[in-house]
Amino acid sequence: MALSRRTLLGLAAGVPVSAALAACGSSGPGDSGGGATYWYLNGQPQEGVRAGAVDAFNKAHPKEQIKDTTFQNDAYKTKIKTSIGAGKAPTIIWGWGGGTLRTYAKAGQVEDLTSWFDEHPEVKKRLLQSSFAAATVDGKIYAMPGETVQPIILYYNKKVFAQVGVKPPESWGDIMALVPKFNAKGIAPFSLGGQSRWTNMMWLEFLFDRIGGPEVFQAIIDGEKNAWSNPDSIAALTKVQELVEAGGFIKGFSSITADSNADQALLYTGRAAMMLHGAWSYGIQQERGGDFVSSGDLGYMTFPPVEGGKGDPSDTVGNPAQYLSISSKASAEQKKVAKDFFATGVLQDEEVEKWIGNGSVPIRLGTEKLLAASKSADFLQFTYDIATKAKVFAQSWDQALSPTAAETLLDNIVKLFQLSVTPKEFARNLNAVTGT
Amino acid sequence: MTSLTGHPPRRGPRSILPWLAAPALVVFVGFAVIPLVGVFALSFATWDGIGDIHPSGLTSWRAVLTDPGLPHALGVTFMVMAVSWAVQTPLSILLGTFLAGSQRYRAVLGVVYFIPLMLSSAAIAIAYKALLDPNFGLGAGLKIRALSQDWLGRPGLAFGVVVFVVSWQFIPFHSLIYQGGVQQIPKSLYEAAELDGAGRIRQFFSITLPQLKYTIITSSTLMVVGSLTFFDLIYVLTEGGPGDATRVLALDMYKRGFQASLMGPASAIAVILVLVGLALALLLRRLGGRDAGASQLEGA
Repeated sequence: MALSRRTLLGLAAGVPVSAALAACGSSGPGDSGGGATYWYLNGQPQEGVRAGAVDAFNKAHPKEQIKDTTFQNDAYKTKIKTSIGAGKAPTIIWGWGGGTLRTYAKAGQVEDLTSWFDEHPEVKKRLLQSSFAAATVDGKIYAMPGETVQPIILYYNKKVFAQVGVKPPESWGDIMALVPKFNAKGIAPFSLGGQSRWTNMMWLEFLFDRIGGPEVFQAIIDGEKNAWSNPDSIAALTKVQELVEAGGFIKGFSSITADSNADQALLYTGRAAMMLHGAWSYGIQQERGGDFVSSGDLGYMTFPPVEGGKGDPSDTVGNPAQYLSISSKASAEQKKVAKDFFATGVLQDEEVEKWIGNGSVPIRLGTEKLLAASKSADFLQFTYDIATKAKVFAQSWDQALSPTAAETLLDNIVKLFQLSVTPKEFARNLNAVTGT
Repeated sequence: MTSLTGHPPRRGPRSILPWLAAPALVVFVGFAVIPLVGVFALSFATWDGIGDIHPSGLTSWRAVLTDPGLPHALGVTFMVMAVSWAVQTPLSILLGTFLAGSQRYRAVLGVVYFIPLMLSSAAIAIAYKALLDPNFGLGAGLKIRALSQDWLGRPGLAFGVVVFVVSWQFIPFHSLIYQGGVQQIPKSLYEAAELDGAGRIRQFFSITLPQLKYTIITSSTLMVVGSLTFFDLIYVLTEGGPGDATRVLALDMYKRGFQASLMGPASAIAVILVLVGLALALLLRRLGGRDAGASQLEGA
């Protein structure tokens, strides 16, 4: 797609306007003949696995071809929304489920797959059942869960901990006590890619859960009035600001983006001692961090409890899976290709092995042996246990909420970390968009 | 019907002339007028960019006009405009005057100065972002403490960086305009001044600067109206951050429309942007005086 679009733009510059306009009208993936189109995120090592699954499917089905195009994370979020709104969506829409999928479903832009899953129980049965929650809107399934389960994990650099002579934190109090110790040695306690906004959000997700339990955010999703002003919510927001004020995050965190993986680099180069990040970070550090992971310097744990908190420390947050939907604007032929891909192309043995190889836990059931045989066996077992034992696996907030509420949330989170809004102002700003 | 006008012989060729503007008109209507009307209509509707469009009267306008974010975004927009104008104009005039000389090395320099203009804003922003990274950027690489500030993470610094990068990108272009302006000034004025014993500095303030009046107005119009559309550079560099310290109006519009799925309010902001741009362009034309369009050439 990318190539043909570029050629088209080049033509548009050189030919009369009418011809260019006509060409614009007939471009777009919606019309590209029989083959299905599929857009997903780029960035290694995940991109290679996705592309591999498509290649394998295309080889096995010479008559059913899928054309894939990749995009960068933040750019993709805008691009896919605009394309769907313009009726130019790809056949297969990669996404995070939750609030965004809900808006697609409400607008009738994605296929209802409930009956297809009923006809193909074998497809449904081999996946982690908890992954279907974020694919379901009002009791109907609108997406195929795929790829991996990605809880948020607290990573730390064992070498730096040994150097300073301290132990990993077992409570929020420990975290606050570690901050001055690392700062005294010129090491940032926590790495954070704060400009990306959702990175900061992970802190709130855990603090809300540990202090007030999952009910606090559930009330927000349910649109209860003044849900953000809950005393537990204010306590969590206050704790974040205390950590910022104490110098808990690396200098300049608000100008670091996660897309460039600079936040990961801070951890494996030893400039920061700890980092709260998704399970996908393991693969990135393995690939980019030299021998950091293989030499056993990377430590990982779940977010510790907060003293006096109501939450269960086994609860987790993150992405229960990634999701593939089918555009309702696609042709019958394209839809058939997409469904065949779901049945025989997604999470096949080869793809499962690749995910495990780069340190992720695929959402397919019965992979315990493969996980145990992997070179990342410990980490994978750790992730698998979190995913299967967590009493509550909350979806990332920006994915769970509607795009409008999520945007206000992300904007205000940055201001909270900048200390330019107080917890009460934060709650007031968000109460105004709750339930939208 | 026969024509009753007074110029029958010249009528034929003359009446063709307006048609030559037709292609331009088609493009203008197709790519400017129609979308503008669409945006105006959309500002009276509610749309999430995906589902159906619902007419909703003044809801979007009320939401935008009562939002404290709007005066802030307007303020940032005007600050970027004013500060970047104040930085760029004197430097561009000096550079342009210098480049207008005839030595060969000045021509070479002129070409070198021109390079930033050929880079895309996004590429410039990415490059600066990498250079300014507090942990892995230029300051850290050269081990110069003063350079490794949290450039994009502190509101005042981030604003300064935006103005700096904008100036770096556009000074070459405005220098080029001034270079042309200076080369149009009749040599005889300088010869006369030299006879009267005026030095170089005196010549600059008494001849060059006054003669550049209309060039200054042209260049300022481009700067001011152009600065309303700064989007790509700021989006890649700071995303409007930290917080909303560099959230200019164009960025505000994008964020509301495409990130928060509020197309109605985003359209209202787009309309406001168009109005502000028109008002500024007209104001600058007024400043130029009534003879702004007249030739400045000697004897013309």
